[in-house]
Amino acid sequence: MRPHLLPALKLTALCLLFFSGLYTLALLGIAKLTPNGGNAATVEVDGRVYYTDLAQRFSDDHYFWSRPSAVGYNAVGSGGSNKGPTNPDLLAAVQARIDTFLVHDPGVARSAIPSELVTASGSGLDPHLSPAAARVQIARIAGRRGLDPAALEKLVDAHTRGPLLGLFGPSTVNVLELNLALDALH
Amino acid sequence: MDTEILGIVTLFLATVVLAVPLGRYIARVYAGERSLLDPVMGPVERFFFRIAGIDAQRQMTWKEHLKALLTINLVWFLWAMFVLTNQGWLPWNPDGNPGMGADLAFNTAISFVVNCNLQHYSGETGATYFSQVFALLFLQFVSAGTGMAAAAMVFKALRGPADRTGERPAARLGNFYDHFLKSMTRVLLPLSLLVAVLLLLNGTPQTAAGRDRIATLQGDTVEVARGPVAGFVAIKHLGTNGGGYYGANSAHPLENPSYFTNMLEMWAQMIVPLAMVFALGFHLRKKRFAWMVFGVMTVGFLALAVPNMVLEMRGNPAIDALGVDQGSGAMEGKEVRLGAAASGFWSVATTVISTGSVNAMHDSTMPLSGMNELLAMMTNAFYGGVGVGILNFFVFIILAVFISGLMVGRTPELLGRKVEAREVKIAVIVTLLHPLLILTGAALAAYAITRHPDLGWLNNPGPHGFSEMLYEYTSSAANNGSGFEGLGDNTPWWNISTAIVLLLGRFLPIIGPLAIAGLLAGKPYVPAGAGTLRTDTATFGVVVFGVIAIVAALSFFPALALGPIAEHFSR
Repeated sequence: MRPHLLPALKLTALCLLFFSGLYTLALLGIAKLTPNGGNAATVEVDGRVYYTDLAQRFSDDHYFWSRPSAVGYNAVGSGGSNKGPTNPDLLAAVQARIDTFLVHDPGVARSAIPSELVTASGSGLDPHLSPAAARVQIARIAGRRGLDPAALEKLVDAHTRGPLLGLFGPSTVNVLELNLALDALH
Repeated sequence: MDTEILGIVTLFLATVVLAVPLGRYIARVYAGERSLLDPVMGPVERFFFRIAGIDAQRQMTWKEHLKALLTINLVWFLWAMFVLTNQGWLPWNPDGNPGMGADLAFNTAISFVVNCNLQHYSGETGATYFSQVFALLFLQFVSAGTGMAAAAMVFKALRGPADRTGERPAARLGNFYDHFLKSMTRVLLPLSLLVAVLLLLNGTPQTAAGRDRIATLQGDTVEVARGPVAGFVAIKHLGTNGGGYYGANSAHPLENPSYFTNMLEMWAQMIVPLAMVFALGFHLRKKRFAWMVFGVMTVGFLALAVPNMVLEMRGNPAIDALGVDQGSGAMEGKEVRLGAAASGFWSVATTVISTGSVNAMHDSTMPLSGMNELLAMMTNAFYGGVGVGILNFFVFIILAVFISGLMVGRTPELLGRKVEAREVKIAVIVTLLHPLLILTGAALAAYAITRHPDLGWLNNPGPHGFSEMLYEYTSSAANNGSGFEGLGDNTPWWNISTAIVLLLGRFLPIIGPLAIAGLLAGKPYVPAGAGTLRTDTATFGVVVFGVIAIVAALSFFPALALGPIAEHFSR
């Protein structure tokens, strides 16, 4: 063991400089050249900056709601509920969210509520909805804002991002961008 | 075809297609032949060896390989312990996060040294930028390099009778430091840079700035944890480490911002383990043998991955009963941009390979999906982590050679060397150690929690609670690092007991195969004859698969019956 100790110490120091230090510095430098400058993607509206890839709490009736979050939408933490699929607590929480939704959206059939709208995301910061989960909220928002539901349908369509290259993965709607566009309608 | 399924199929095929040339390249690197990055990395490596006083040309015996490997790992452990416990006052801590307690630092240091990355802390508040980069990211590079270096020695040990110099393989097993450094400079670093830049371009942060504080559109004030994320996420996958920068790992929208990055990260975690299989074939000039290994691994992988995709896409029957539309699948713990199919596939990719990163919360997957995740780690032989995957599989090959030798009444031989009692004993010990660690840990924890329910570890009642504990030890023994994260695991019991399992589950399965390979390399070469049992056929592949399946079934069926199977039938 002893003949290997000194080479091990020196090699460790060199690896720290090279793989931790230089690698990270190089990437910090490259990051400055990218569109976001190394920060996460943001959008600025009326002088206020929002992170487009992070969910925000939307609980007001005149906004599209985000998916439920186990961490209160605060991006200083992240995580899911970690409730197992048969856990009674999970089913009670989902039931409560369904009930709340139906109180605010009385015209919607229970079977039309997409499950992602009443289940907590993995990160607690999921910024997206499926197009169906956005559409199911249109009647409520149109009523609150006195807008034509058809205009909102168009808005959702315009903010629906299809699969990657049209081929891979699900279609999504970014809730923050949708709500910003909604505010801009007036 | 469904776009979610098409995404998976395309990704998997792209990985296999690219793994073949990468395997050829890796074989050339270890053989010391001319390769692509010689002009760039050659001088760097020579500089490293000159300063460190290492003669990288000197051939080591298998015992020297082990001594060098274990010594440098000990140095890394001590360094990581120091950094993690003192991170509170060390530099580059813009968020003012505190140092780790001794038991948490012990667990974390070991967990990253052994390439597991079990995390009993959350990166946002539990680690500083300095720790993330100079302890954790550092260990993600070097622990992967260690696994690959160990595999490279086994490659060399299994080579043919003699090279041009006429020496036996035992005298030309290469140099640990040479294998180790080249694994990183020639494979892991260039690929990590590529992946990190692609992540950067797709929204993953890489910044020295601390937390941001913003007001949301509705007027809440929230904070946003940032940092040097992109570089971390790249090596986390390429080195099959799996430890997330953020607590939610690759479910986090900054760690995995889009479906594209999800495909990229899945590719990154599968490419090197697959390439190592082909590298073995190229190195030994036995491509059929490599395809046999790849075939067995792929059958095992798909047998677990496809059911998980189906189960997760189908949704949770208990939520169906509440009357809502589950067209998107079982979405509790999942992200909309990734979808149920990619989450189901990832849940098995990350557990067969010892990555352990997650893009959805495994605790909330269907009971039988959870069982497959457990089985992927319990078998621990399909693809596997960088380097060590092939070592684990090698042990099963030894057992299969021995068993089939007994069945047909021939002397067990592997690649021209007799497999005798000593090698088989080592293989049996390594194989049985895995269930011993998992079942002992789970049994002790289950005993403790039933005696003292107020310990309050479990986030779920009934069989699922047992699964949480079983998963934690399985993940530790397999050096995987994923978790049923509902488990309240940042306690001295979990920190210390899993750290012990991690150590044994890492180093004995490296020592064992290296010893077997070293012993085999010292034996006279017996050219293949009519009486030789061929090991590069589909028939032999079936035997290997049978050995893996039987060992897993006999060891783990009772435990699985108490956990996921009971949960599946009890609803």
